[in-house]
Amino acid sequence: MPEVQIMTGNAAAAQAAVLCDVQVVAAYPITPQSQLAEILSQYIEGGKLKAEYVRVEGEHSALTVCISASTVGARVFTATSANGLLYMHEQLHWAAGSRLPIVMCCVNRGVGAPWTIFNDQQDSVSQRDTGWIQIYCRNNQEILDTIIQAYRIAEAVYCPVMVAYDGFVLSHTMMPVEIPDAASVREFLPPYRPHTVVSPEDPRTLNAVLFPWRRANAQGVVCDGYMEMRHKLQAALERALDVIRETNDLYAARFGRDCGGLVWEYRMEDAEVVLTAMGSLASEATVAADLLREEGIRAGVAGIRVFRPFPADDVRRVFRKAAAVCCFEKAISYGYEGALCTEIKGALYGTGVSFPIHNYICGLGGRDVKASELAQAVRESLTDMAAGRVRTRAMWLNCVTE
Amino acid sequence: MPENLFKINVKEYILPGTRACQGCGLSLAYRHALKALRENTIVTLPASCLCVLHGLYPSTPVAVPCLNNSFAATAASAAGIAAGLQALNKTDLTVLAIAGDGGTFDMGIQALSGAAERETDFIYCCYDNEGYMNTGTQRSSATPLGAVTTTTPIATKQQHKKDFIKIMEAHEIPYIATCSPAYPIDLYDKFVKAKKIKGTRYIHINVPCPPGWGYPPRDTVRMGRLAVETAVFPLFEIEDGKFRFTSRSKTMAERGNKLPVINYLERQGRFRRMNIEQLRQFQAWVDKKWQEYLRRSQE
Ligand SMILES: Cc1ncc(C[n+]2csc(CCOP(=O)(O)OP(=O)(O)O)c2C)c(N)n1
Ligand code: SF4
Repeated sequence: MPEVQIMTGNAAAAQAAVLCDVQVVAAYPITPQSQLAEILSQYIEGGKLKAEYVRVEGEHSALTVCISASTVGARVFTATSANGLLYMHEQLHWAAGSRLPIVMCCVNRGVGAPWTIFNDQQDSVSQRDTGWIQIYCRNNQEILDTIIQAYRIAEAVYCPVMVAYDGFVLSHTMMPVEIPDAASVREFLPPYRPHTVVSPEDPRTLNAVLFPWRRANAQGVVCDGYMEMRHKLQAALERALDVIRETNDLYAARFGRDCGGLVWEYRMEDAEVVLTAMGSLASEATVAADLLREEGIRAGVAGIRVFRPFPADDVRRVFRKAAAVCCFEKAISYGYEGALCTEIKGALYGTGVSFPIHNYICGLGGRDVKASELAQAVRESLTDMAAGRVRTRAMWLNCVTE
Repeated sequence: MPENLFKINVKEYILPGTRACQGCGLSLAYRHALKALRENTIVTLPASCLCVLHGLYPSTPVAVPCLNNSFAATAASAAGIAAGLQALNKTDLTVLAIAGDGGTFDMGIQALSGAAERETDFIYCCYDNEGYMNTGTQRSSATPLGAVTTTTPIATKQQHKKDFIKIMEAHEIPYIATCSPAYPIDLYDKFVKAKKIKGTRYIHINVPCPPGWGYPPRDTVRMGRLAVETAVFPLFEIEDGKFRFTSRSKTMAERGNKLPVINYLERQGRFRRMNIEQLRQFQAWVDKKWQEYLRRSQE
């Protein structure tokens, strides 16, 4: 029977790892992920989770352990934040290139220098092009539900999945979380089958060097070159869009909770101005939309749950009827604008829409972002739009910019 | 010792067609190491000459399952394999992590130290060709004093080789050994022994490299022998802290017939710019290390 407990986001993630019967955990502590590494140690040492815990000496090794353990056929889990994620960068590519269904939590935190332990999403967003699926969570329940879904998705398309949730805002905040019973999760998530069996009976050299062209094996069969392999990774991520949606629907049918598929909608039926964001910031935007509606402004929220693969079709469908868009982001692609804003504009290109899209960079390094401030930003955007003032660059919310 | 030869596993795990250079000391060493470890072995290796030896996808001359991993990751990769196998209850496999000196002394040292400290159950083998050969003979911290490399092209390497055995000893692991492809039976025996021991085992192989060291490919075994006979690279094992010379180094210790290092250095192009002072320092460094080992062998 499912039970409801009050817990932090990190505890919810640990619960999910237990429910998914992960077999190998490797993690290195970093605020705000540390608690998760600690809870898992307790579970494993206490016998609640039967898994090998490799207490590595750094994040590069943490992900390497996951890569190798996953290659030999174990279901693996890791988690990190900020500089830890960046320290893994080489192995992020390695994991995706090896097509391993690793699931990792990124407990979002701002990146040094200068040091900050507080939340933004620069860490995960900056790892956009590593071949990982990225799913952002709104609350602690979604952390648990998304991790369970993530294994099913990862093992269906053989791509790693990063489950991102905001540091402190979720990781250290207590919320009620319903824990599904283990048997139903097992039914939802069949055991992991590696794509290549590593065994002395069939010795292979995995991830060997290759030259630019395709090449025949000893039997004369022409095999993929680097580029074909890369295309397969791209195709798998494209296919993942459907898999993520189906997995979400299947989960909703089984467990009664819909995490929103690729892009979730809030009061979008007749929305003229659309607020969009990822993670807990998108939750905050729903409160802002309510505030705006009280004043008669028809506001709605389109929450981007999946950042990679980018759900361009869903974005086109959801934003179709908008008259204005405000995109709020806890990350920036320095020298341009928020990466999400760029993606949304890109997805809409060629659809004939011409509404203004305003970009707001906010909450970097844990700077407060209140719903009232989001609402005020929308009001100002609407004023500018009405006056025909064109904005050429992102606005920095709650920040001294002169 | 012809009777010793018969005990060597006749099965070949490296078939013709490796991509290593002619006369590569690594090929020779790897061949005997795999013979000693036999079928139930999983190899993990980083970017290096060995990665190239394994061939171009989709064919490989090596008949042992092998994972490639990134340059800094070798020992962590072994830890992952070991953990994965443990989780799946597959406990009859030997995990061999094998990397060059660059992937061990330099970039891989963190992961190796971590894995050894955690008492990971695996064999770590450093094949030491004393430079970054795969990328074109650049200096590593294993390059000896006075050697020309492509990143010490004029002034030569100004420092002695890092004493990596001491670093590994500090981890108090159950087994440490040095060996050379010029003494294949000694090498074979050490891998056979290492396979039977639990925990982290470290084997260091001196690997003569014709293009990197500047000598003709036919002289690889001779270069390996000279390294041992001059005590530039002594053969020994350290079991649970107990030091023991083996093979040629053992008879040298008994008879006191160590050759001067010049016999070894003068045959290699990489030492062509070495000056007299460096030669003196090199000899003094070798003598000091040899004395240390002699003392330990008598303890
Ligand atoms: C992170 C990273 N930096 C640099 C390289 C380039 N690289 C590949 S192999 C190599 C040197 C290998 O030297 P060593 O470990 O001594 O092995 P050898 O080539 O001599 O066999 C380097 C520097 C790399 N692959 N990865
Ligand atoms: S460069 Fe040296 S170590 Fe590398 S393959 Fe050639 S001979 Fe062997």
